[in-house]
Amino acid sequence: MRAFIAGCGRTGAGLASRLAAAGHEVTIIDTNSEAFDRLDHEVPGRALRADVTDEDQLRRAGVEGVDLFFSLTEGDNRNILAAQLASETLGVDRVVAKVNDPVRAEAYQALGIATLCRTRLLADALAIYSGLPHDPGAEGVAPATGHHREHDSASADVAAPDAPALAGGR
Amino acid sequence: MYVIIVGGGKVGYYLTKELLAAGHELVLLEKDGRRARQIADEVGSIVLQRDGCEGKHLEEAGAKRAAIVAAVTGDDEDNLVVCQMAKHHFDVPRTIARVNNPRNETLFRHLGVDEIISPTRMALAAIEQDIPVHELLHLAQLPGGRLELIEARITEDSPAVGRRAADLSLPEACSLFAILRDGNAQAIRSDTTLQVGDTVLAISRTESENQLHDALIGAADGGDTD
Repeated sequence: MRAFIAGCGRTGAGLASRLAAAGHEVTIIDTNSEAFDRLDHEVPGRALRADVTDEDQLRRAGVEGVDLFFSLTEGDNRNILAAQLASETLGVDRVVAKVNDPVRAEAYQALGIATLCRTRLLADALAIYSGLPHDPGAEGVAPATGHHREHDSASADVAAPDAPALAGGR
Repeated sequence: MYVIIVGGGKVGYYLTKELLAAGHELVLLEKDGRRARQIADEVGSIVLQRDGCEGKHLEEAGAKRAAIVAAVTGDDEDNLVVCQMAKHHFDVPRTIARVNNPRNETLFRHLGVDEIISPTRMALAAIEQDIPVHELLHLAQLPGGRLELIEARITEDSPAVGRRAADLSLPEACSLFAILRDGNAQAIRSDTTLQVGDTVLAISRTESENQLHDALIGAADGGDTD
């Protein structure tokens, strides 16, 4: 599979290592190239400096045609914009956005985006530890519950297959 | 009409003042405390120090009864989220987003934002209008992408001065259709004679633009004549 990860924090870097070690083709981007120090340099993959909210930069980084898109930056809204760019404009089918505000996470699930809400997962884990029942809504990646109202065919534009990399590999 | 404005930067600030002057009921949400107080000192208690991206804060601000939500912060992602939450979560009939990266305009429209304000595009257009009067000005690209609507000002140096429209050597598939003269617009007929000071509107293929330039403005020989 081809996976694209936006945001090279601990989560993004850890996921990149696991996917790459399992033989998947991984591209990870971040606006700050120092973030790439977190990567495990033993495993293959591409690390590029790019802004996840910029359509042109995503295209050049090769988002079109990937099987999985993970938006894992520190900003909920950045992740939401990036996820919608990937699904609505760049034609990626499986898109996950990290959205830590539970209200926003639920609203965007209804709008067709699978979300990962750290706040809710952590609160549930601690509630269970305290002896409370499990929150059925806190179950890993929460799948999309609705479809975007304006959802229609994705953009017909197709990137050149050999689009150049933004920066050297790592 | 009840309006919620999110973002108290320059755009939000002036928008607030204009709408108040026009007699609208509104609140302004600005997350930075200092900036919020600064504006509140001038316009009063309609400023709330809140992050408009939070669903809870939009609701407290009365999103359910708002006729318009305008998101005008400097961050496109914030403006998108405010508008989508307003529209899909609170059923606000009209949402307006400021878009700073012109490439985001299409996506925002596609995602249901009703109105786009694009300061970047406006600035570009304004700058282009200020740039040399002896050049062709691109007004719009027509659907299909191959034809453009172009404006040309006829100056003393123009080879078209004193000639009839029918006698000009225009490129193929190019059409002059209107002339702006003395503040009036008139259709161009084959016997219309061009004069200094005329503004001519034309439709041309993108690739024929140089020939159109030669016919209306004169062959490009360098040298600014401002």
